[in-house]
Amino acid sequence: MASLRCFLRSGKNAVSAALRREFHRTPPAAVQVTVRDALNQAMDEELERDERVFLLGEEVAQYDGAYKVSRGLWKKYGDKRIIDTPITEMGFAGIAVGAAMAGLRPICEFMTFNFSMQAIDQVINSAAKTYYMSAGFQAVPIVFRGPNGASAGVAAQHSQCFAAWYGHCPGLKVVSPWSAEDARGLLKSAIRDDNPVVFLENELMYGVPFEMSEESQSKDFLIPLGKAKIERPGNHITLVSHSRMVSLCLDAAAVLAKEGIECEVINLRSIRPLDTEAIETSIIKTNHLITVEGGWPQFGVGAEILARIMEGPAFNYLDAPAVRVTGVDIPMPYAKILEDNSVPQIKDIIFSVKKTLNV
Amino acid sequence: MRKMLTIISNVLRGSASRNGARVVVSARTYADFTPQATFDIKKCDLHKLEEGPPLQAVLTREEGLQYYRTMQTMRRMELKADQLYKQKIIRGFCHLYDGQEACAVGIEGGINLSDHLITAYRAHGYTFTRGGTVREIMAELTGRRGGIAKGKGGSMHMYTKHFYGGNGIVGAQVPLGAGVALACKYQGKNELCVCLYGDGAANQGQIFETYNMASLWKLPCIFICENNKYGMGTSVERAAASTDYYKRGDFIPGLRVDGMDILCVREATKFAADHCRSGKGPILMELQTYRYHGHSMSDPGVSYRTREEIQEVRSKSDPISLLKDRMLSNNMASVEELKEIDVEVRKEIEDAAQFATTDPEPPLDDLCNHIFYNDPPLEVRGTNPWTKLKSVS
Repeated sequence: MASLRCFLRSGKNAVSAALRREFHRTPPAAVQVTVRDALNQAMDEELERDERVFLLGEEVAQYDGAYKVSRGLWKKYGDKRIIDTPITEMGFAGIAVGAAMAGLRPICEFMTFNFSMQAIDQVINSAAKTYYMSAGFQAVPIVFRGPNGASAGVAAQHSQCFAAWYGHCPGLKVVSPWSAEDARGLLKSAIRDDNPVVFLENELMYGVPFEMSEESQSKDFLIPLGKAKIERPGNHITLVSHSRMVSLCLDAAAVLAKEGIECEVINLRSIRPLDTEAIETSIIKTNHLITVEGGWPQFGVGAEILARIMEGPAFNYLDAPAVRVTGVDIPMPYAKILEDNSVPQIKDIIFSVKKTLNV
Repeated sequence: MRKMLTIISNVLRGSASRNGARVVVSARTYADFTPQATFDIKKCDLHKLEEGPPLQAVLTREEGLQYYRTMQTMRRMELKADQLYKQKIIRGFCHLYDGQEACAVGIEGGINLSDHLITAYRAHGYTFTRGGTVREIMAELTGRRGGIAKGKGGSMHMYTKHFYGGNGIVGAQVPLGAGVALACKYQGKNELCVCLYGDGAANQGQIFETYNMASLWKLPCIFICENNKYGMGTSVERAAASTDYYKRGDFIPGLRVDGMDILCVREATKFAADHCRSGKGPILMELQTYRYHGHSMSDPGVSYRTREEIQEVRSKSDPISLLKDRMLSNNMASVEELKEIDVEVRKEIEDAAQFATTDPEPPLDDLCNHIFYNDPPLEVRGTNPWTKLKSVS
């Protein structure tokens, strides 16, 4: 187990980590882990912990995962627990839901969430609604996971963000991790949760390394679903974001800090349940709000946040209208210059902050 | 002489049921009847199978009486639901199963309660054979708190142990059923899953996706197409390029079964169950059956078929009549005995209907419950920002 973890860890730390491990047999203090490896380790540990957990999806087994997120798992756990499926989303998503109804705990991978649209009936009508329709008789402990949102140069049919679509439905929990720590703790919580969880990863984040504390490397490190995290405290304005856009918010905040503007950056971590309280507490302090997301503006995550703020106590603390920074309201184009200008850039966030603060 | 014996036996049986008297009394009545008989059943058409179910079935008196009672209960329950719907006490969707009783009861006769079953929306009969009571089924139809889903599911969303509904989306239950079968195989308990769908659903793409995976992974799944000749108002000839539904599984072996003969259904199911349990993978059964009612209560059922056709099936192929005739002509039961069952069934249905119409509706506090399982209570937004409702697991 320890050597497997070492093998997976990327970068030059691998060798030194292995050496350290031989001697001490405890995880090193803080270490750099990519989001991909964090997801891999989380799944590995949960597969080991509970016999009922299994993974199915396209190319998850012998190919090691289309994005290598499930690398090494098939070799370790075999055909029974890591299952390659044909390219039949509606069918295998339904099979996964049925298996969850009958006592197993499946992780159903969609190669990207764009393909989940083919199976969305199974996610919503068969998974999300069943516990309610059965008045508490039939639970569905399933995780649907995979990359969501824009990637790089994959064009319109492969770039849609589904946070708002799934976030709309009661009976689902919807999670959107940003960092490696998020990925690890939230995926473990999702797998241990007895309800259907939609776990929205991001392809562009898979290779990004993050420092992970010693605590976060424990096998029982869980991040509760439905709770946001303040990634950067600040006094002047609240930036609320999820997934990859959190990186951009932090970069924008660093630039703005040089001009004396201190942004509080909130990483939502969960889309449903949405941590409204964390946002309200922050607004009461900063009096300004901007939401930042990669998805389309109309009926999006930002739209929901703004509506909730309007309806709640934090409205009285706003010194300016809350606004959203979102993807452009178009299908995703292919050419790099067009694609770059279809999603929020750091300069868009900075611009919006200054407009909101009227500076 | 026979009549006198019958009268004596009825009197004695009456007293027996009052004070739980001993076997010797029933032996008196028992000696009157044939304990079991063998019946010829129709040969099944086979697809990719060398041999099919046996051409004869043995029926014991006990089984016969039990099947009769169960089918009659289902029949009367559905007719009572029809009545309550017309009185507007049941609302929304109501898809009735009368005519198809031999399917549900025959299937259950070929599997165990420890096996699993899933079907589509014409599910009241299966809810009953899988362990639901008439009371809780009817109270669910009338939307009361005593309903099997506490009034929150309705006609199409009833669940019991090892019965996964009741599913509203046509065809979606088929992959679910294969998933249940996967869990059976994974957990190694030698259980299987019966996965039902109609002739209308049989053209759904996800069913073919499921055939593929079930076959690849050798899932212990019995796919059953209940072909009642009409998908809503569209006859099978107008919907399917091939109406040989038992062959549509292609690489999956199939059999076409007379769905109006409970013994035929039972033997075919046993055959199919053996196939699955021996690790050979999935198998497909087409049950040729018929529904007397329209697709649902909003469909009179005569715009796309003739009253003559319905009447012909009723008079020549009714599953309950077929069983009754078999039992009577082989002296396995008496007319009075069966009439007595009818009376008991009628009473049971009346009591259930009484409960279903008088039980109170679910409390409003229950509105937001059962969103998540095993979760701390959460707040749910009501219809306006000031209304915050509570949800518990």
